[in-house]
Amino acid sequence: MTTSVVPETTGTEAPAAASAAAAAAAAAAAAAAAAPATAAPVAGAKPGAGGALLSERLIADSEPGGRWVGLRATARTLAVKPGFVLAVLFIAFVVVSAFAPGLFTSRDPYSTAPAERMDSPSLNHLFGTDELGRDLWTRMLYGSQLTIKAALIALGIAIVIGLALGVLSGLSGGFFDALLMRIVDVQLAIPVLLLSLAIVTALGFGTVPVAIAVGVGIMPAFARTTRAEVLRVKTLPFVEASRAGGASWPRVLLTHVLPNSCGPVAVLAVLDTGVAILYIASLSFLGFGAAPPQAEWGTLISAGRNYLVTAPWVSLLPGLFVAAVVLSLNHISKTIQERER
Amino acid sequence: MTRYILGRFAQALGVLWAAYTVTFAVLYLLPSDPIALQLGAAGIETDKLTPAELHTAKARFGLDRPILEQYFSDLWGFLRGDLGESIAKQQSVASLIGDRLAPTLSLSLAAAVVALLAGTALAYLASYVRWRPARLVLTRLPSFGASFPQFFIALVLIQFLSFNLGLLPATGIRGWKSLVMPTITISILVASQLAAVLMRSFDDTLSQPYIVTARAKGLSRAAVQWHHGLRNALLPATTILGVLVGLTVTSSIIAETVFSRNGIGKLAQEAVLAQDVPVVLAIVTLAAAIFVVVNLVVDLLYPLLDPRIVQGQRKEVTI
Repeated sequence: MTTSVVPETTGTEAPAAASAAAAAAAAAAAAAAAAPATAAPVAGAKPGAGGALLSERLIADSEPGGRWVGLRATARTLAVKPGFVLAVLFIAFVVVSAFAPGLFTSRDPYSTAPAERMDSPSLNHLFGTDELGRDLWTRMLYGSQLTIKAALIALGIAIVIGLALGVLSGLSGGFFDALLMRIVDVQLAIPVLLLSLAIVTALGFGTVPVAIAVGVGIMPAFARTTRAEVLRVKTLPFVEASRAGGASWPRVLLTHVLPNSCGPVAVLAVLDTGVAILYIASLSFLGFGAAPPQAEWGTLISAGRNYLVTAPWVSLLPGLFVAAVVLSLNHISKTIQERER
Repeated sequence: MTRYILGRFAQALGVLWAAYTVTFAVLYLLPSDPIALQLGAAGIETDKLTPAELHTAKARFGLDRPILEQYFSDLWGFLRGDLGESIAKQQSVASLIGDRLAPTLSLSLAAAVVALLAGTALAYLASYVRWRPARLVLTRLPSFGASFPQFFIALVLIQFLSFNLGLLPATGIRGWKSLVMPTITISILVASQLAAVLMRSFDDTLSQPYIVTARAKGLSRAAVQWHHGLRNALLPATTILGVLVGLTVTSSIIAETVFSRNGIGKLAQEAVLAQDVPVVLAIVTLAAAIFVVVNLVVDLLYPLLDPRIVQGQRKEVTI
């Protein structure tokens, strides 16, 4: 997971400086090298800062001790953990099925078959069929389309706003920092589910409003984590060296602060994808999601609860599926977290 | 000391006011038509009305006033305990909430007590057990418990305890039996969150020098953890009490919907479904008020619980 997140932040936000950005881990020496041409001679002009820097050798990403090597080593240790691999494979399956549900089922999620009503799970119908004879496995996969996309929208909103607020308050400090953190505090006072309900009340029902509501609800955690990381990273020697070398704040931010503070944010992102899925499922369970016949995971579970006595699988199997997804995400983020400690 | 207490009161009021304002802004300023929304909730379709009828309909609910005027009059109403009028139910919000307070209060209290006991017991056990497999299972239990959607837990409980075994009523609010399943539903999540925080707290506490001292004096591990570990480990966890209570309250929305309990949680679900803005505003503000009060009480009691800590400098923990 980490491997995929790191290049994303650097790659999308500073494509031109990609090679320089990735070198950020290579400590202070890289800062002088990555600085714009005008700042390059600074190393000689300011012996106090430059002299100490030049004595260190540059470490490229692919060399021992470089960023990619470290990540690859992490990936190797994680790849031998069966639980972790299983979780990653399951999440990969769910994500692929969300974008191409047709790969795993040949049926139509909306075609009814009155003769096959309420069939119990079998090889023909993995999850059984519902009250109209629709194949539940197929409906579940097409439900992934809505739920996973909603979770990604929510996560995108939370990361973009949270990262922006966290970086702003971490870098600027002072009054602005205090103000932003008070706003986050206030949002903490309103439970996530209730804030989401208020937003859904105002925006109306459907997958996108639910996604926006949940995204705003889980945003404060990202703002806090980013702020804490930015505060930690911005006092590190190589950031100060880069500033002393003449790099502007935006440049330092993109090449040094963000790449080095995104680890905990990435772990939080994995964890909060699970949280977002739970909230999205809860909101659609309560009846605020997509309109029928489309069905999100929560809607499917909710629809089945009228048939609990005669056909418990209609509700319980989709519920287990959701739990498995969230559990896998929790396990992935926990394993990475323990590894980083 | 007086200054500290007064300051904390002012801060609590400030947070409550801000929470109210944020909710008001969300409900009234988001890009939707709040007037059509609210008149729709009252069963009035705006596009079928003549302008004159529309005007009377707006005036009926006070929606023809400028937004700031509505904000201040609503705020003034809240300060006096007047929570406005439900548009869908044509009834005062305060009486609606009052009618439904009892089931939610008993459920939340039961769930809070169970969650507190279960969460503490789990964390205590997890940090006491030395056998690695058991320890691994116990430490993973909180993230396991927090992974199941609450409504799924509720449905499984109904399936097994009501339909298969016939032990408990599936719905309703009569008698203590109806309280059992909703309480379990809510407390699994809340206890998981609490246990996760407590486990870290136990780890910190049990590596303190005074624990080593107590052990060196010859106390058994069990006695050390009970007499020296527990109370000290519980202290930092008090700071998340507000969040946990908030979680208990919001979980009741789902529990009451599944178990058809006519409480405030069910009211919230109905209000959102009917887009009944005043009711939603009142319930969100009420939840924020509960959070603020719990945090205020914890803050004021903290110096008494832990005299080492100078006022206002308690340790922050996050979930």
